[in-house]
Amino acid sequence: MRRRTLLGGAVAAPLLAACSGGGGGTDSGGRTTLSYGMWDPAQLPGMEKIIAAFRKRNPQISVRIQLTPWASYWTTLKTSMRGGTAPDVFWMNAVNFQLYAANGVLEPLSGHIKADATPVDRHPKALVKLYSYQGTQYGLPKDFDTIGLWYNKQLFDKAGITYPDASWTWDDVRDAAAELTDPSRRVHGFAAEMDRQIKIYPAICGADGHVLENGRSGFGDERSIDGMRFLTDMIDRGWSPPQSAMVESVGRVRYWSEKVAMNYDLSAMAGQMYAVPALKDHGGIAVLPKGKRRATIIHGLANVVSAKSDKKAAAWKFVHFMAGREAAEIQARAGVTISSYEGTQDAWLKSMPEFDLEHFLEMQEYAVPYPSSKNTAVWENLQYPLLGAAFSGKGGIESAARTLGEQMDRALKEERDS
Amino acid sequence: MSIFPATAAAKAAARSRTSASGARPGPRNQRSAYWFIAPLGLGFAVFYFWPLLQTLYFSFTEFGAFGGHTFIGTDNYIRVIKDVTVWQALGNTLIYCVIGLLALPVAIVVASLLNRRGLRGVSVYRALYFIPFVTLPVAVGLVWNWLYNGDFGLINEILSWFGVDRNYWVSDPSTAVYAIGTVMVWSTTGYYLVIFMAGVKGIPQDYYEAAELDGAGPLRRFLTITLPLLSPTIFFASVICMINSLQTFDLIYIMMAEKNPAIGDTQSIVGLFYKWAFIENAQGAAAALAFLLMLVIAALTYLQFRIQKRWVHYA
Repeated sequence: MRRRTLLGGAVAAPLLAACSGGGGGTDSGGRTTLSYGMWDPAQLPGMEKIIAAFRKRNPQISVRIQLTPWASYWTTLKTSMRGGTAPDVFWMNAVNFQLYAANGVLEPLSGHIKADATPVDRHPKALVKLYSYQGTQYGLPKDFDTIGLWYNKQLFDKAGITYPDASWTWDDVRDAAAELTDPSRRVHGFAAEMDRQIKIYPAICGADGHVLENGRSGFGDERSIDGMRFLTDMIDRGWSPPQSAMVESVGRVRYWSEKVAMNYDLSAMAGQMYAVPALKDHGGIAVLPKGKRRATIIHGLANVVSAKSDKKAAAWKFVHFMAGREAAEIQARAGVTISSYEGTQDAWLKSMPEFDLEHFLEMQEYAVPYPSSKNTAVWENLQYPLLGAAFSGKGGIESAARTLGEQMDRALKEERDS
Repeated sequence: MSIFPATAAAKAAARSRTSASGARPGPRNQRSAYWFIAPLGLGFAVFYFWPLLQTLYFSFTEFGAFGGHTFIGTDNYIRVIKDVTVWQALGNTLIYCVIGLLALPVAIVVASLLNRRGLRGVSVYRALYFIPFVTLPVAVGLVWNWLYNGDFGLINEILSWFGVDRNYWVSDPSTAVYAIGTVMVWSTTGYYLVIFMAGVKGIPQDYYEAAELDGAGPLRRFLTITLPLLSPTIFFASVICMINSLQTFDLIYIMMAEKNPAIGDTQSIVGLFYKWAFIENAQGAAAALAFLLMLVIAALTYLQFRIQKRWVHYA
């Protein structure tokens, strides 16, 4: 008998946990618990502080964070959306936004924004627009990211080269990369990694090309190919490790371990770079060098409310709070990302005084929004398999890019037809 | 995977019971027998048969990203047949299948070595060989990725002592599929080892003693006694092994990064299924792909059953 109750308990415990995890309805006693889906563990402390501040103003509402690793965030979200267990409020990015908005699983916010006078105009216009679909606003930006040139001052000093600055062009980068490469110590001047957001898209835009315009792919465009050739050329000449090497230790890790002297990377990485003592001491930041024109990619996350949530009123209160100045300041002080609320970025700049973070803000002027369409994942998935060989030092970027352009156009056409 | 041995054992037990008691199976006995197999039958219906029918139905539909679907006829099958990546993945999957079968000879040899009389610590060896099989594929994949790493991996380090150039094993399209296949063999050998050890134990020692008296050496004894008498076990293991290798996914998913230039050369059918169903929102086409895989598995299994008559000896 005793044994039986023990077993019964063992079976019941996970079931009970599963029920409470599902989070249905309002809790007893008029209190509401919201679930908040996010993926970046580095932003956890900042988000917790924001939640605490929100709680102070709204003691009736508590927020529980659901952290899902990036690798499975979207799969999990989509499945939980179907199963009805999706978080009430969650992080959204540009790649997935249109798919979610078009399928009606996001709560339209325009009415709430008007009613509560949410300070939307204090966020960058390009970002706000990224999260509106057919004239309706579905998400409010929380932060933004630009790509900058990170460089290792110590390696530059050793090679006797002056540090990169706003006057640098792609030629300067090539010259410096040649000088900085030292095969005997397995140090490379540059990391021309196959990464769409931090390498490929900035290079394409820097060469005055485009990724997506008026529903057509830009990969087959001569200017876009020039941009990608800037990257593959570095690999062919041995100034950058080939892609096969950068799969096993990515460019960022190579920069951290001082095996790469120059690397394009996100502003959001500043906190992690700052945590590496060597880089805190001699890590430098510059604006992206100029190709045919100046360009970088801007992207930011937004908070959205699930249309299937049964606590929409509380969820909106939370999203409204996070779009305001107080939350933005807390986020900026946490030092992980640039908060998108105008005028709160000082706290972020001051959080890492050794770094010239203001370059990331300067680049807003000529930043290109991250390209996306309704089913972005389909054509994005074509990129790495098709470009892989060219980025591994096997050449042929022209034909690879043209094939990619054709296949992407086909995917875009299917997307329009469906 | 565990279903086959369990049912085989249950059948054997049922056989011995009826023969021991001498009772003929009457209608009453039969009815109670159905109650005993009902749990398994129910599980099979709910977890195998119903999803099978659903998959078949879904393969003729197109899915909305968040539920809802429309009937589109055979469009998904046309897409599957026209898509070159499907054929590439099918080719890769067959390579995994062939490599995966290499675990069998390794396991047979090790099993017969462990069967030597007077060998001590057999259970320790058995555990050592079995540990990789019970280790999570994620952990296995991560550890092997470190071993294979082109910059600081142990394998390159050891090869460099012999003057072999360092290589990016899992990111070079010409080696990646074999690198992953090696890990597959490494992690499954223990499972087949246990099966073969049981099979080897079932061979009467008298045969070996008689052969030894006639002057047969260890190799001769292995080839003329162990292998033929083990053939039913080998057949069972090869069917299981083939089915498992055709469904391989997790190890590749862990070992191959999204940006890996070798991804097209290593992607399996199930890997492609995952990509279509969960990343590209093409669940209908993915269901058609899963059905294609089922047909391939059914065909190859049928073939194995046909061929077995020529080489399997039931003593």
